[in-house]
Amino acid sequence: MSSTGRTIVNVGLASCGIAAGAQKVYEAFKTALDGFEVQLTFSGCMGMCYKEPLVEIRNPDGTRHIYGKVQPAQVAQIVEEHIQKGNPVLDWIVYGDGIKTPDSDYIERQQRIILKNCGVINPEEIDSYLEVEGYQALKKALQSMTPEQVIDEISRSGLRGRGGAGFPTGTKWSFARKSPGKEKYVICNADEGDPGAFMDRSVLESNPHGVLEGMLLAGYAMGAENGYIYIRAEYPLAIKRLKIAIDQATEKGYIGNNILGSGFNFNIMIREGAGAFVCGEETALIASVEGKRGMPRIRPPFPAQSGVWGKPSSINNVETFANVPWIILNGADSFNRFGTESSKGTKVFALAGGIARGGLIEVPMGITINEIVHDIGGGLASGGKLKAVQTGGPSGGCIPAAMGDTPVDYESLKKIGAIMGSGGLLIMDESVCMVDVAKFFLNFTKEESCGKCTFCRVGTYQLLNILERITRGEGRPGDIELLEEMGEKIRAGALCGLGQTVPNPVLTTIKYFRSEYEAHINDKICPAKKCKELITYLVKADVCKGCGRCSKECPTGAISGEKKQAFVIDQEKCARCGLCVSVCKFKSIQVITGKGEGVTSNG
Amino acid sequence: MGETIKDSDKAALDEIVQKYNHDKGAAIMILQQVQASFGYVSEDMLDYISKLTKVPASDLYGIATFYAQFRLEPVGDNFIQVCHGTACHLAGAEQLSEAIQNEIGIKSEGTSEDGKFTLEHVACLGCCSHGPVITFNGETYAKMTPEKVKKLVRQAGKSCQCGNAEGSVKEGCEANV
Ligand SMILES: Cc1cc2nc3c(=O)[nH]c(=O)nc-3n(C[C@H](O)[C@H](O)[C@H](O)COP(=O)(O)O)c2cc1C
Ligand code: SF4
Ligand code: SF4
Ligand code: SF4
Ligand code: FES
Ligand code: FES
Repeated sequence: MSSTGRTIVNVGLASCGIAAGAQKVYEAFKTALDGFEVQLTFSGCMGMCYKEPLVEIRNPDGTRHIYGKVQPAQVAQIVEEHIQKGNPVLDWIVYGDGIKTPDSDYIERQQRIILKNCGVINPEEIDSYLEVEGYQALKKALQSMTPEQVIDEISRSGLRGRGGAGFPTGTKWSFARKSPGKEKYVICNADEGDPGAFMDRSVLESNPHGVLEGMLLAGYAMGAENGYIYIRAEYPLAIKRLKIAIDQATEKGYIGNNILGSGFNFNIMIREGAGAFVCGEETALIASVEGKRGMPRIRPPFPAQSGVWGKPSSINNVETFANVPWIILNGADSFNRFGTESSKGTKVFALAGGIARGGLIEVPMGITINEIVHDIGGGLASGGKLKAVQTGGPSGGCIPAAMGDTPVDYESLKKIGAIMGSGGLLIMDESVCMVDVAKFFLNFTKEESCGKCTFCRVGTYQLLNILERITRGEGRPGDIELLEEMGEKIRAGALCGLGQTVPNPVLTTIKYFRSEYEAHINDKICPAKKCKELITYLVKADVCKGCGRCSKECPTGAISGEKKQAFVIDQEKCARCGLCVSVCKFKSIQVITGKGEGVTSNG
Repeated sequence: MGETIKDSDKAALDEIVQKYNHDKGAAIMILQQVQASFGYVSEDMLDYISKLTKVPASDLYGIATFYAQFRLEPVGDNFIQVCHGTACHLAGAEQLSEAIQNEIGIKSEGTSEDGKFTLEHVACLGCCSHGPVITFNGETYAKMTPEKVKKLVRQAGKSCQCGNAEGSVKEGCEANV
């Protein structure tokens, strides 16, 4: 930000920030700044979810400071010390110009192209976008480039789809351009069905015009006049901001007829998803846009030949579109300076799970898993050891800690049985049971299978049954081989990407954590102490203070005892919900797996 | 067929259909709007909408059952969604759901007998780094614990047991926690 001569207070109001209480902080500043010559504004995602609510102060000299975990009660002091007296409250600052904080690495090791405007501009004001070269790429293309040149630039940049499969974007656009017919569609896939991923939501909430501009450029390049954004209904704030952005861009003449006097027409419509993961798949998405059930269909014909309403359509992911204006403005060569030979540019990842610094990061392709987890993410939240990293959502794979040197690019991840996916990175520490994780994903895909083909519908159900048996302690010899064999069959026989990838979490956890399966099957123990049927809760009599808190909270009334004496858990009644562990202030409750000594004597 | 719908409700449905029907493939949008207005889409409503739109009722029914968003029954006074996405699962979503179930007296998803609460599982709310996450009457709560969720539920259910309207809880009311 250049020097503006006055102070700007910017509160991060993406939906996760709001969930952490940022709206209240914004209101507190509004009151506290009444009468001051200070501009109060808001933005979307600043990326440091783990420090939300976040407040950035841009100083009159152009420098900036970001405060983390800001509570309304701190606002008065920030205003007085920082804004009035010019003394930033260093203890509360998580990132700032000229300051080294424990969190500096989180920001400084990133490379921002897609997220350049996120957390910076006000997503509900088009002028804010225009100030950061907004719609300049569109202008450049319409005034000085032919559609072929736009496609050529995207092709030369090496941009590959960020929605999962990594198909070259330029090639996809040129297919659609070459398809005969005048009526064509550009579709933005904002379904973001992968649980644990929130990149697309953050981009839409923080920089909606960037995505619209990418779609407009795609429309110009392939000769389309209409675009759809298919967005999941679980993202109400993103939908709201998109609607505002479309209205404002239409008003300014960036969307509509004869855009910027060029003769190019383009309109964008929003379609809200209704909660079906499979609708992220291209042919299912098309059916859903047409108002039908989202069932995938056999390809060919490909969407590029026959998509929405039977017309040529090109589908890209939110993040893919968000890259496009930057590439057109800065050139393909600037873009492919970042990344590796086969995977150009940067990638946005959503860091979640057991990580110390969870949030949204953008890094050059080729960075290693270890660099992401340890250098940027600050290691494990529990302080414990990394066990695995799950990439690619339900269709991805679990990468064991030992393979942390793997570079993050499409080919390297594929080689080890994982996939890039859309960018959700779930960090797991030693407390996670890998069989439970596999079961979790299977449960998800079983629910989400559309049921059209038998391999997916029945196969998924059976895989899940076996996993459930194993976690119940009823695993049998041969189960692992059975899982592997069925996995291969489902992969080969399923019609769409959902079924074809269903076995991935099972196969990778077997491949890298086989001993954990064996422990469940042969020894009837859950080494991570997660699987209910294989664990027992016990009160440590020598530690228990007899405060009775656990007994009050236990939902099944399984705990009893006299005040000031050790309490006891009735194993018959215990539902193994674990609540007692979290309420006991004295860490008196222990969890054991297998037939440990104490069970009978205490039970 | 459609007979059990009140006239005022029919008028509301007419209006929704009129607003969206000009769009090609509007069926899902119409049902979404109906649910936004009524809180659910009943079979009667589907029949009635079918007459207005000429979309076969079986198609509408197919849509309503295919997509997780649609509910064929009304929801309770308080609507709770617990995220069971991966990050929330790892952070203890199951314990949250169990705590809510215990508190409102149901076995899995659904509405409590007194109609005060509806519990629903959702796939991911996009706030994964703050897991486990729930929404309670539309508001998102991050980093929930079974204790916090029980408190929320009790507070919302306050008015019920003593039969009083919200905000005027009788002294000594058991629910007055
Ligand atoms: C079951 C399934 C779910 C998918 N979900 C999404 C999604 O939520 N978002 C997305 O962009 N792509 C998703 N995809 C991939 C898309 O079908 C498609 O490949 C992608 O949107 C193309 O855009 P890209 O080339 O820019 O990556 C999914 C694929 C399958 C098989
Ligand atoms: S693989 Fe599964 S989700 Fe895909 S079409 Fe077949 S049944 Fe449906
Ligand atoms: S695990 Fe749950 S049911 Fe068992 S004793 Fe503890 S609180 Fe009670
Ligand atoms: S809460 Fe802990 S210390 Fe208190 S009675 Fe229960 S086990 Fe003992
Ligand atoms: S800061 Fe939470 S999504 Fe960005
Ligand atoms: S997994 Fe729960 S919010 Fe994403």
